[in-house]
Amino acid sequence: MTPVLELRGIDKSFGPVQVLHDVAFSVHAGEVTALVGDNGAGKSTLVKCVGGIHPIDSGEYLFEGKPVHVHSPREAAALGIEIVYQDLALCDNLDIVQNMFLGREHKRGIVLDEDTMEEMAAKTLEGLSVRTVKSIRQHVSSLSGGQRQTVAIAKAVLWNSKVVILDEPTAALGVAQTAQVLELVRRLADQGLAVVLISHNMNDVFAVSDRIAALYLGRMAAQVKTSDVTHAQVVELITSGRSGDLGLTNGVPA
Amino acid sequence: MTTTIESKPESPSIASNVRGYAERVRGGDMGALPAVFGLIVLCTVFSILRPSFLTAGNFANLFTQGAAVTVIAMGLVFVLLLGEIDLSAGFASGVCAAVLAILLTDQGQPWYVAVLAAILTGAAIGTTLGALVAKLGIPSFVVTLAGFLAFQGLVLLLVKGGTNISIRDETILAIANKNLPPVWGWALLILGVVGYAAVQLIRARKRTARGLTADPISLIAVRVGALAVLGGLAVYFLNLERSRNAAVVSLKGVPVVVPIIVVLLLVLTFVLRRTGYGRHLYAVGGNAEAARRAGINVDRMKITAFVLCSTLASVGGIIAASRGASVDPNTGGSNVLLYAVGAAVIGGTSLFGGKGRVLDAVLGGAVVAVIENGMGLMGYSSGVKYIVTGSVLLLAASVDALSRRRAAATGLG
Ligand SMILES: Nc1ncnc2c1ncn2[C@@H]1O[C@H](COP(=O)(O)OP(=O)(O)OP(=O)(O)O)[C@@H](O)[C@H]1O
Ligand SMILES: [Mg+2]
Repeated sequence: MTPVLELRGIDKSFGPVQVLHDVAFSVHAGEVTALVGDNGAGKSTLVKCVGGIHPIDSGEYLFEGKPVHVHSPREAAALGIEIVYQDLALCDNLDIVQNMFLGREHKRGIVLDEDTMEEMAAKTLEGLSVRTVKSIRQHVSSLSGGQRQTVAIAKAVLWNSKVVILDEPTAALGVAQTAQVLELVRRLADQGLAVVLISHNMNDVFAVSDRIAALYLGRMAAQVKTSDVTHAQVVELITSGRSGDLGLTNGVPA
Repeated sequence: MTTTIESKPESPSIASNVRGYAERVRGGDMGALPAVFGLIVLCTVFSILRPSFLTAGNFANLFTQGAAVTVIAMGLVFVLLLGEIDLSAGFASGVCAAVLAILLTDQGQPWYVAVLAAILTGAAIGTTLGALVAKLGIPSFVVTLAGFLAFQGLVLLLVKGGTNISIRDETILAIANKNLPPVWGWALLILGVVGYAAVQLIRARKRTARGLTADPISLIAVRVGALAVLGGLAVYFLNLERSRNAAVVSLKGVPVVVPIIVVLLLVLTFVLRRTGYGRHLYAVGGNAEAARRAGINVDRMKITAFVLCSTLASVGGIIAASRGASVDPNTGGSNVLLYAVGAAVIGGTSLFGGKGRVLDAVLGGAVVAVIENGMGLMGYSSGVKYIVTGSVLLLAASVDALSRRRAAATGLG
């Protein structure tokens, strides 16, 4: 089966600093792909390249097998790629509905169609079995961390997206809320979406993922089936870039 | 996520609306409260100290006195919403007024040509300022401070150093000096109240039909009633004879600037609350990076906000020129800018971006006009007026900063 999203030979530098070296990465429908790596390995940068936030320097970007060029968040969204960023990127001074539709408001003529947006937002939140928010007309600034995360995820799935990428969605959450978000992640994949989950927590990774991709200092050390590796191997890939015959030899993929 | 299943949201009653409002105020979102409270206190104090404050003639004065500053403040709201500032708006209005006066008086052009040229001048100024801020990334404070100085010089050059250009065009003079026939005042008020009621009722019915929470009829009735009573009182007082010698010349009716301001208020409020453009302005002011990631062109939002601000400043300049019946190097100068910024902030627009309404400019403009007018009646010098207005601006900015801290503390916003 062709991956929904496939990257080959991606390079990305910020000025003189090269952050991504020749990275290959593929994501499949109906699966959760965990993207792991130490702090500064380049996970968020890779995701931002996918989302059109940062332009890539060189490399191939394939979507559903076809080469595409993504230069802006809008273009990524048009393909069906939605990203929940590490820093969430919600507007505190807007309410839940306004945030979920930000940049893609429904309109009648030039007038915002608030009623339709409110209905769709309510339906999406219901579809995710989210019932913890008091009112969807509540400002985002009044929500808890978990609720904000939920809104950000709901925003991503509102658009019949094909790929949903979550950058450390559980980092700031308590035990119960983490479980809820992971459950939600699994459910999205079971509905046929391709989900990418970035996480530092190995338990979370092994609990929900089908594949694991490990970045080491900006290089893709290995991309493997979760069932084929152990905790220890993944930790080794993260910390040294190799583990047994998996991973990088002398800094290049085996 | 399986947590407490909540039944359909309770349909809001007046009580729950009041409770929600009280909660927001306690959370730091004071909204229009300080301005309304300030207006009531100021008006009461001045009416007690100077009974002439309460006369029909003075009431009409308040509108023409505050009009220019209010319109400039409306433009500033757009820039302030983005967390930017435009210190040049005052003199930009002066430049536009000078362009108007030169075309009218020196060149003998018809009024509409002069008005169009003044407004285009404003738009050009805004485009320049906005491009410098958005594309070059110079802080708006610096760009517009430079503009403040440069435009001051430009006005001087345009009116040829120190002289003034008088305006004799009847249409332009009418803006700030003429009144609507009394019947028109009533007709426009009725139109406004009926229109407002219709819009509110239709919205509520549509939402109820779709099973969404809607404002209860009782709340709509209260709002419409309040508008009718306040508007009715205003029209009634403005329609009283205020000429000292009514037999020679009659002076009554709603000043022409009032409907101009009301139309600007409605149109701009519509833009901010009901269009995608307005939504995106709030988003950029709230979190520019989030807006960018949502595909919003942040540079374009900044430039257009400055264009709107300077364009509205040009309208303010036209009103000021009309009121003074002339343009001189001081038009749009001295306290105009600070009064306009003060009006927006006193009305409840935040200096930190992301929060503000066009109505704020009107409420704040009223406070500024009342202070200016009332203190003038009390015979205080300009010096005292400046100090008081400065203090009020500082007070408003403190309320803004404190409510922000409070909002951060309570998690409401
Ligand atoms: N906009 C930028 N400009 C310059 N350097 C950047 C930029 N963004 C990221 N970097 C650098 O790129 C490297 C990778 O950063 P990135 O945020 O992708 O790491 P990460 O794997 O997401 O780490 P974490 O687990 O801490 O989130 C870091 O060294 C960082 O300093
Ligand atoms: Mg990261």
